[in-house]
Amino acid sequence: MSEQDQKEIEALYTDAHHWHINAGDETIHAKRMSGRFRTYKWYAASLWLSFFILPYFRIEDHQAILFDIPHRQFHLGSLTIWPQDVWMLSLVLILLAITLFAVTAVAGRVWCGYFCFQTIWTDVFTWLEDKIEGNPIQRRKLEAAAWTVQKLSKKLVKHSLWILISILTGVTFTAYFTDAYQLWIDLVTIQAPLLAWVTIGFFIFFTYVFAGFMREQVCFWLCPYARIQSVMVDKDTELPTYDLARGEPRGKVKRGNDNNQRGDCIDCRLCVGVCPTGVDIREGMQEGCITCGMCIDACDSIMDKVNRPRGLIRYASQKELSGETLPPVFKRPRVITYSFILLLSIAGIIYGLTHIPPVELSVVHERQPLFTQMSNGSIQNRYTIKAVNKTPNKLTFRLHVTGLEGVTIKMPDGDIITLQPEGVIPFHVFLRATPAQLKKKKTKIHFILETMNTTDKIKIKKKSVFIGPKK
Amino acid sequence: MAKQNKPQQVPDTGYEWDGIRELTNPPPRWWMISFHASWIFCIVYFVLYPSIPLVTDHTKGILGWTQVKEFKEAVAENDAIKAPYLKQVAEMDGQALMADAGLRNFAESSAKAIFGDSCAGCHGSGGEGAPGLFPNLSDDAWLYGGDFDTIVESITDGRQGSMPAHIDEIDDAGINKLADFVIAASEGKATPEGLAHFNESGCAGCHGENAAGGAINDLGSGAANLTDAIWRFGNSREDILRTIRYGVNEDPDDVPNTRIAIMPAFDGKLSPEAIKMLAVKVHEFGGGK
Repeated sequence: MSEQDQKEIEALYTDAHHWHINAGDETIHAKRMSGRFRTYKWYAASLWLSFFILPYFRIEDHQAILFDIPHRQFHLGSLTIWPQDVWMLSLVLILLAITLFAVTAVAGRVWCGYFCFQTIWTDVFTWLEDKIEGNPIQRRKLEAAAWTVQKLSKKLVKHSLWILISILTGVTFTAYFTDAYQLWIDLVTIQAPLLAWVTIGFFIFFTYVFAGFMREQVCFWLCPYARIQSVMVDKDTELPTYDLARGEPRGKVKRGNDNNQRGDCIDCRLCVGVCPTGVDIREGMQEGCITCGMCIDACDSIMDKVNRPRGLIRYASQKELSGETLPPVFKRPRVITYSFILLLSIAGIIYGLTHIPPVELSVVHERQPLFTQMSNGSIQNRYTIKAVNKTPNKLTFRLHVTGLEGVTIKMPDGDIITLQPEGVIPFHVFLRATPAQLKKKKTKIHFILETMNTTDKIKIKKKSVFIGPKK
Repeated sequence: MAKQNKPQQVPDTGYEWDGIRELTNPPPRWWMISFHASWIFCIVYFVLYPSIPLVTDHTKGILGWTQVKEFKEAVAENDAIKAPYLKQVAEMDGQALMADAGLRNFAESSAKAIFGDSCAGCHGSGGEGAPGLFPNLSDDAWLYGGDFDTIVESITDGRQGSMPAHIDEIDDAGINKLADFVIAASEGKATPEGLAHFNESGCAGCHGENAAGGAINDLGSGAANLTDAIWRFGNSREDILRTIRYGVNEDPDDVPNTRIAIMPAFDGKLSPEAIKMLAVKVHEFGGGK
């Protein structure tokens, strides 16, 4: 091992020694301060109120948003999505993923800082904790204090409120999958199905544990997003950043001393104190930073007090800090690429939603036997047809076949098909052709269903084959 | 574990390999929790379920669970769901059953497994039969009738066709002439002379005066319609000659080349409902009348 290598390895070890790993040994009691980003966080969090309200809206005779798994129907407003339309789900997932990528490229983990349920629920839980047990200093004291009636009652109130929120969360989530009002009745009368209890129990447990106890540990060790953010941000990305050049060398403000030798950072550690994940933003971008901007609020308040300009910690990109000008958002290749994919998937979803076929038709050609010779010498093929009526009305169709001249259709009830709005009953269709009509062994044909009432015409075409003996 | 700021400074166990010492650091807490949870799970499982093999047997577990029991429960559950529909099938006559689209579909789906077990061995899984050996059920040529009730009768009581051997009754030229006639008849080119020879040879007694079959179908002979395109025992001249010469279901000891055409009776082997449902399936193969 050369001396150079030795030195590099030693440098690595020094670095490793400096590295702090937050494995949750100590509860992070973050100080709560008002400020610009605090206000944004509350606004963003309030969007989650809709999660609790939406299941109770009704449209026509059903719940406005209902993921009806037993009936395999998803209701979104007056729209009904059937399993056959679920290809749109892949586009929705692409849309969500690309939105995440695009937002991360422009402004980092906005999702984590302001919208993520883990962040919001933890924030509400710690807000309650702050109200009941006091500020971080009082909380730490209470933690260390002996068990008294006062301590017990405080803890009891806190945990009861946490569990109450967890129960609400669990019931609300479950209410998206079943009739919300009926669910409450069933829960109160203890008659809900086992699956409902299990789902609610699961959610109560994990809401309580994740938001009450694990908190930032979920972001550190369970969520993959923190791990992949480095490949999604670049030098143009606006992130909460400590202005190293302006801040260093840091040092405490001392009366009478000449503070001009020092940077603007007075090393008050308030930025660390307010951080919900306990990171020191002055060490730069790191996996623990959820970019919530609490440190910016804290630092700005201090800068105001010491009469220095705000923005020692601010949303800034690497390029900005090094004095370069930032290219406009829509001239960055990443943003252009993401926007293009985003537009494509939005277009696909809009097309899908506006083109949900009212009737889904499937035609299966019988394979055993492929064809049957009848007593008059004609060739018969058997087909099984399944037609799903997705509209709420009874529909009557006439069936005909194109592609084979002179073919005759035999069906149980003539060539008229009545589809009730619920339930699918498969039926057989028999097609017959004389050997003379068949030009080759395999003839491509189309089944066509057409509504009989002319007011609201629906026409569905399905491809199939007619098979005869070898020519 | 992460509490150890200087994990190297705990005592070691005295073991050292290549400069690597084994320290007395405890395993991580999550690991210990998983470890204890695992052995507790094992004990609970051993108590509840069959687990420990003994010399000739094994421990049964206090739940008394077995795979067979679970299977039987699942079957019973399935039977309970089907019961009301089976009752309807049992009570309905053929016409009503065939007219009820939902029940007809239930019957056809339920009969799939029964057909596979009891019928497909000869008739094929799609009722296509085997040329010359077993009749095709998906065409519209029926020896005994293709209406629902007759199909039920055929399955319940079985069928045994019969045709006498003619090798000793008619000379070879006569038999060849008969073969010429039936081949022509199936193509719609029958000649009056041929028909006359057919009638003189005594065939009309069973196959009818115009060879269209069905003369004594009520007696269950299964005499075929010879004017359609369907051949029960193959359409080659050789096949036809053999059928005329050696007949159907003659005693194989006397007439070794006779055709065998025996459909077993399923009365007693299958429930009346199962037979009804099979009849629906057979009817819906495409040739039902």
